[in-house]
Amino acid sequence: MRIVKTFSVLAVLLALATIAVAQGGQILLNAAGATFPYPMYSKWFDEYHKIHSNVQINYQSIGSGGGIRQLLDKTVDFGASDGPMNDDQLKQATVPILHFPTVLGADVPSYNLPGVSAELNFTPEALGGIFLGKITKWNDPAITSVNPGVKLPSEDIVVVHRSDGSGTTYIWTDYLSKISPEWQQKVGKATSVNWPVGLGGKGNEGVAGLVQQTPNSLGYVELIYAIQNKIAYGQVKNSSGVFVKADLASVSAAAAAASKFMPDDFRVSITNAEGKAAYPISSFTWLLIPAKFTDTAKRDVVKDFLNWMMTQGQQDCEALSYAKLPKEVVALEMKAIAKIQ
Amino acid sequence: MANTPNAAAPAELAWSPRALLRRMRDADEIAHLVTLIAAATLLLITVLLVYQLWILSAESRHRFGWSFLVTRTWDPVAGEFGALPFVFGTLVTSAVALALAVPLGVGAAIFLAELAPPKLSSSLTFVSDLLAAVPSVIYGLLGVFLLVPVMRTTIQPALKKTLGFLPLFQGPAYGIGFLTAGIVLAVMIVPFVLSVSREVLLAVPRDQREAALALGATKWESTWKVVVPAARIGIFGSVFLALARALGETMAVTMVIGNNPKIAASLFSPGYSIAAVLANEFSEATGNLYLSALIELGLVLFLLTFVLNGLARLLILVTTARGSGVLPS
Repeated sequence: MRIVKTFSVLAVLLALATIAVAQGGQILLNAAGATFPYPMYSKWFDEYHKIHSNVQINYQSIGSGGGIRQLLDKTVDFGASDGPMNDDQLKQATVPILHFPTVLGADVPSYNLPGVSAELNFTPEALGGIFLGKITKWNDPAITSVNPGVKLPSEDIVVVHRSDGSGTTYIWTDYLSKISPEWQQKVGKATSVNWPVGLGGKGNEGVAGLVQQTPNSLGYVELIYAIQNKIAYGQVKNSSGVFVKADLASVSAAAAAASKFMPDDFRVSITNAEGKAAYPISSFTWLLIPAKFTDTAKRDVVKDFLNWMMTQGQQDCEALSYAKLPKEVVALEMKAIAKIQ
Repeated sequence: MANTPNAAAPAELAWSPRALLRRMRDADEIAHLVTLIAAATLLLITVLLVYQLWILSAESRHRFGWSFLVTRTWDPVAGEFGALPFVFGTLVTSAVALALAVPLGVGAAIFLAELAPPKLSSSLTFVSDLLAAVPSVIYGLLGVFLLVPVMRTTIQPALKKTLGFLPLFQGPAYGIGFLTAGIVLAVMIVPFVLSVSREVLLAVPRDQREAALALGATKWESTWKVVVPAARIGIFGSVFLALARALGETMAVTMVIGNNPKIAASLFSPGYSIAAVLANEFSEATGNLYLSALIELGLVLFLLTFVLNGLARLLILVTTARGSGVLPS
């Protein structure tokens, strides 16, 4: 009997709570997509809710692909993706979709070479060759020539890549496609590809774990993951011929360099960007916003949120190890917010 | 108990839970209806599942037809999809798992049911049931951090040295691959084999043991020649329950199999299983063909389970026809 009573009381309370929420002028926005910027987004949505207590943005980090699908199916108000939507996907949308870069990410080469403590340098040719399976030994001239003074073993390179579809893989393969015509033709860029060589680890933690445990291995992980877990990683030669170590500044520099050629729709790849300070394996991550909202209240909230995110919100980035948008890009995006109707 | 809160919550006047329970206990019709609904629901869920998989995989089925099953390429960029490496990986890892888990599980079950002192038996059974309750991601993590290094540095080199003439144990020792995935799976399915087999062995009537002993059989003879054969069908059942679990296991396998869609003779080689590729690629699959190919993989896994279960039934039928309950001569 007591159980029954408790149940009825709970049911009544639940019903009352639902009614209260529905009538309180609350605006609830649903969003879904990329996992990489999730910590940043959840911080932003939380901060924004603190300022505007009537706005609740619910973000599900189900992956970029899922975010795009849900946006096209209209089960969410807006989406998020680590790779821009392609033309086919944009055509499927009943309402035009706008891309808004939010923060920046980067991939770093991480390796495990017993007895080698030096920070290794990698050229684009070496990375392309290794991931195509053409450079198989650590003491290949393509690697030794740019690492003078480091004694590299004559061991096979064990290549490790992500096995799950991910924005991290998209950035890495986008970079390889730009620097290696053979990669572009044989493999291409996507969130999952048909890898010519290597072992697959699930998630950044899977790749990092495999690299840590397998002597003579080389893999790629997301920069923030490497920073937060204090994983050592190598420098990469950029298009100006400078070896650059990835950090928040060099990633932002890549974005600033690319902003000169920014297309109107912000669907731009900034891998292999120009500029001496630019880290070459960097990328934007985007919010995908419909250009037309039927619900004007939601529209106003989305516009206001974007405004806030470009200004106030960007201040929170570095505390969470995300590289923030360069001010040139912010200026362009502020103008683009007006396109939302 | 399960349906008391439901039924009683809206109005507790005439339908107090106790009254309902009493009525249910007395009335055959209600019991019949409730159990029928339960059974029908199960059937309905299965039918819906297959229907959905069938419908959603239409694009991939039309594009690739039967060649989907024998194609070895999995290239999301070019839009070429084939299930063969995944089917291969699923079957190989499950076979390794069964080869290790069945002797271990059945052996332990015989010991616990027939030979061990009752106290030891019940506490060991409890431990084994605990193993079954461990989330699979924990097994995966243990696999990655404990088993993989041992495999790479000790077990695989030792196997290479002793059995290296077999193609099964050749090639570079990465630590991950079919063999490691099979071992992790074996640990995960042993509790199923053990627990069910033990129950079945215990259910063999006491008279049979006593009769065998009375005829002069030793304890072991009565166990091996009388009790185990009598429990044979149940033991088969436990093995196929374990197999079903091994075929569908996702997380633990993903973490140690190497995730490389490759068909290789060596158990040291990295591979891929159907469940693992679904877990890896589903969330980021963009493009309808890609998604529908993944769903078709789900359908293939379902059919695989179905076919293996069918074979199991057949096996049981055949062996039973040779005379169940009769002492083997």
